[in-house]
Amino acid sequence: MSGILNSSIGRKFAMALSALFLMIFLLQHFAINLLSVFSADTFNEVSHFMGTFWAVQYVMQPVLIFGVIFHFVMGFVLELKNNKARQVSYAKNNGAANSSWMSRNMIWSGLAILAFIVLHFIDFWIPEINTKYIVGDMSGLHNGEFRYFHELVEKFHSPLRVGAYVIAFIFLALHLLHGFNSAFQSVGANNKYTKGMKTFSKVYAIGIPLGFIFIALFHHLTGH
Amino acid sequence: MALDSKIPKGPIKDKWTDYKNHIDLVNPANKRNIDVIIVGTGLAGGSAAATLAELGYNVKAFCFQDSPRRAHSIAAQGGINAAKNYQGDGDSTYRLFYDTVKGGDYRSREANVYRLAEVSANIIDQCVAQGVPFAREYGGLLDNRSFGGVLVSRTFYAAGQTGQQLLLGAYSAMNRQIGRGKIKMYNRHEMLDVVKVDGKARGIITRNLITGEIERHSAHAVVLGTGGYGNVFFLSTNAMGSNVTAAWKAHKRGAYFANPCYTQIHPTCIPVSGDHQSKLTLMSESLRNDGRIWVPKKMEDVEAIRNKTLKPKDIAEEDRDYYLERRYPAFGNLVPRDVASRAAKERCDAGFGVNATGEAVFLDFASAITRYGKEQAHVKGLNENDAALVKKLGQEVVKNKYGNLFQMYEKIVDQDPYNTPMMIYPAVHYTMGGVWVDYNLMTTVPGLYCIGEANFSDHGANRLGASALMQGLADGYFVLPYTIGDYLSNDIRTGPISTETKEFEDAENEVREKLNFFVTNEGQHSVDYFHKKLGKIMWNKVGMSRNVKGLTEAIAEIKELRAQFWKDVKVPGTNEEYNEELAKAGRVADFLELGELFAKDALNREESCGGHFREDSVELDGEQKGEALRDDENFAYVAAWEYKGEPSDAVLHKEQLEFKDIELKQRSYK
Amino acid sequence: MNLTLKIWRQKNASDKGKMVDYKVNDISPDMSFLEMLDVLNEQLVNNDESPVAFDHDCREGICGMCSLYINGEAHGPDRGITTCQLHMRMFKDGDTITIEPFRATAFPVVKDLIVDRSSFDRIQHAGGFISVNTSGNTIDANAIPVNKHDADKAFEAATCIGCGACVASCKNSSAMLFVGAKVSQFALLPQGQVEATDRVLNMVKQMDEEGFGNCTNTGACEVECPKGISLENIARMNREYLAASIKG
Repeated sequence: MSGILNSSIGRKFAMALSALFLMIFLLQHFAINLLSVFSADTFNEVSHFMGTFWAVQYVMQPVLIFGVIFHFVMGFVLELKNNKARQVSYAKNNGAANSSWMSRNMIWSGLAILAFIVLHFIDFWIPEINTKYIVGDMSGLHNGEFRYFHELVEKFHSPLRVGAYVIAFIFLALHLLHGFNSAFQSVGANNKYTKGMKTFSKVYAIGIPLGFIFIALFHHLTGH
Repeated sequence: MALDSKIPKGPIKDKWTDYKNHIDLVNPANKRNIDVIIVGTGLAGGSAAATLAELGYNVKAFCFQDSPRRAHSIAAQGGINAAKNYQGDGDSTYRLFYDTVKGGDYRSREANVYRLAEVSANIIDQCVAQGVPFAREYGGLLDNRSFGGVLVSRTFYAAGQTGQQLLLGAYSAMNRQIGRGKIKMYNRHEMLDVVKVDGKARGIITRNLITGEIERHSAHAVVLGTGGYGNVFFLSTNAMGSNVTAAWKAHKRGAYFANPCYTQIHPTCIPVSGDHQSKLTLMSESLRNDGRIWVPKKMEDVEAIRNKTLKPKDIAEEDRDYYLERRYPAFGNLVPRDVASRAAKERCDAGFGVNATGEAVFLDFASAITRYGKEQAHVKGLNENDAALVKKLGQEVVKNKYGNLFQMYEKIVDQDPYNTPMMIYPAVHYTMGGVWVDYNLMTTVPGLYCIGEANFSDHGANRLGASALMQGLADGYFVLPYTIGDYLSNDIRTGPISTETKEFEDAENEVREKLNFFVTNEGQHSVDYFHKKLGKIMWNKVGMSRNVKGLTEAIAEIKELRAQFWKDVKVPGTNEEYNEELAKAGRVADFLELGELFAKDALNREESCGGHFREDSVELDGEQKGEALRDDENFAYVAAWEYKGEPSDAVLHKEQLEFKDIELKQRSYK
Repeated sequence: MNLTLKIWRQKNASDKGKMVDYKVNDISPDMSFLEMLDVLNEQLVNNDESPVAFDHDCREGICGMCSLYINGEAHGPDRGITTCQLHMRMFKDGDTITIEPFRATAFPVVKDLIVDRSSFDRIQHAGGFISVNTSGNTIDANAIPVNKHDADKAFEAATCIGCGACVASCKNSSAMLFVGAKVSQFALLPQGQVEATDRVLNMVKQMDEEGFGNCTNTGACEVECPKGISLENIARMNREYLAASIKG
């Protein structure tokens, strides 16, 4: 078992596991956000629960942050190693003949997502942490009302930010279009279910980011 | 020197067992002190290297390719024979022995062939244990097919890639020993001479093909498994690098060269398409199990096909000449290779060739597709009279059996063989002749062994399908490891062989001189120019059918071409680099000598036997009129040639063949 | 056809190398790609220039020796073939064709278009075999029945010709398809299962040491593989490796 993370397959496996974990998180995040379209109150309640429940805050949140960092760091490590595996590049290379653009540009879609996460943290996570743990206000209230929905809507006023979000989600879709299935292949799942999984992965990879885009646009267009 | 074949005494079925019981063995501790050089890493060389290393000898193996896995054994398609009798169809060691001797037109050594048949079953056990994925039946047991004009199904196969799978099996056995350090592998090294010390083979001189470095390697015995010399014809199904150099250098150092004229011209190859052609591609003989060979009966149809105004499938059944079925009703399309090849040549010479060059016949799968399609429709309870459905089902069956071959054909010819008949023509494929060896596989040079296609071996004047793989592996896995031990048992006190001796120095200098000549010669023509010319002479005058006039001319022409070559060959670059032209020059120089000996041998053998067809030795009347006629009274011998300088000076030694267990008969496939 | 060729020329392993342009005329569409290069080389030799060095041997698509990267693809634009089976009918009169060696750190260039693929051999030395002695004194071949489905899959994996197109095509120069094929062949057969654990660990270790990249499942290898070896074999190797890591 020792040294598994030093082997190529071990790294692939770790990359895939962190990806699968992040995809589950993404689904959960999406589900909660979607509530904001239907009911501000439910959204507020769930947000408050997620923001204050100890298991979410002190167990799941650190695990998630570790997962994100791990996935990125490992991604860079692999990219560097892979670049080293071909020091002289081709004068003419026709990658499109045998592989998808998405699969060949995971590092770029990944970097775009990283940039987005930075923006996203500045927008939501840092203020949230500031309010709760620095200022010490765990009430979730602003002027006597839950502040979550209001803050959300406010953020989507700016067309620039909405534009940035939309672009980021397109990159996320591109990343997932290759990454979802790739994760299954990496953990060794390639069998009679693969065909079905491929279809499902396409639905997920396009559906989830599209949903996020819809939410952002919805609030941009309906928010006052 | 009189030839001693060293055949053990006793009844044929006990010879090999008795022999093994009485040879001297080398104890394991002593094996560690003995070095063996193996040149060539195909089925024979690779299997020998693995087995000798496993026994404990220090093996140094050499190949000119970049990896042992690329030896040309890899290209064998059809299968490997073994007398397993898994099908219960009456096969036995004796029957395989009998078929091989008969197929070889009674020009092979009985004792060797019997031994080959005897160990054949072991090969399959061995290969399965090594993980060779042979074709299997649904019950999980091994599948067999019938192959090449025999009456039983004894051929084991792995789709159309049997040679590849067996070679990778031997390669994997080698890898295990390379990993253990028991084989030292020298890739991209070409052997350029054998070194003899006190009359015994004690080493070789090689050239590193990457750096040009000339190296000396010593050992207590040297084994050549360097394949056949079909490339003397320039165009053949051999790999581009296949050459006679190792065998020829051995010949020049005293190893007799036997039966050079025995060449197998394979009937089912893709026809030549133009002057640019660099090699010919074989389509497995197994295709003849289902394909029917024909040419049009009417000359106007032939012309219409050549002009592309008529499609072959539009020629009516009664206007087709299924000439093999017509001439040989008993065996039909499954006659042995030499017979099928000559019959194709006969039709094309008569003007019925179906492509632009006039050198092609049809191999048609339409009736097989219909037959299989109906069978499938019946099995599946579908309408057997629905032509489109039957065709579709039939094509699926054919695809399962020959898919890779059909795909290969389509890529090369750009025609779809599922819908239009294939075009085929004979091409040089295998050489039964080679370095003369005794029962121990030792040449006339003590300590120099020769195995696989490189020796003159077990196939007589014609090799049966699926027997080359069998012989290569039998020699390497199961025969040589015993016989070489008997010889090496005398070397346990010899100690390491020094390369710092005069013999090595002289050999190295000779090699250097020749290389130097090539790179400094200010000639006009490339190596290929001469090779192509040699090939044309060989094909036209020493090819499928031979006569005194043509052979005499060929000898003179080759001699002249050789003189011109040494005067006018042009080799760019230097020795101290990767220089393929230089490597080719050395090989073609040897082909130019071999070619002459080849023609001389063909001229000497005034009979038709197996792959050697003399127009002046045919049945003059009766049912067999025009068929090959053997002359057992005067030619039942192996012609072993001793090198004396020029090929024309070569001295003939005869090894008389005795047939005690098989009655000599004229072959008949009528 | 008349063509312009842009070919990588490099005198030896330490030379820097560069692309050089050549013209060839009167090329027949029935020629194979290598026969077209033969024409060029004959022309170069006659003009006292150094011929282009390229690997080739069987010229029927099975030895795995030929290794050209043509117009940005391993073995050129056709599918299911090696370079020797690529025919000039795939190109048009007047085309410019770029010809490069297979590129990977683990495949250093030897000269011009020739690369050193001995890293593949070393991976096989590490475990690409079943440890049985070749004495022939094994059990009868039919004493080991193998499910036909598995036997066929093992055969498909075993058809790998070791050409390296997978590595050359992979953006990461990964050798996982090559290694996966060998691991799969033995993992699918009962004979191979005895030492399956050690085999996969040793072969992967050697693969990593040779400097091949990591697989990111782009699937380029499968598309460019002349023998159509399936990605399934990589997944199987991943499984075998993970199971072996846990076990041993």
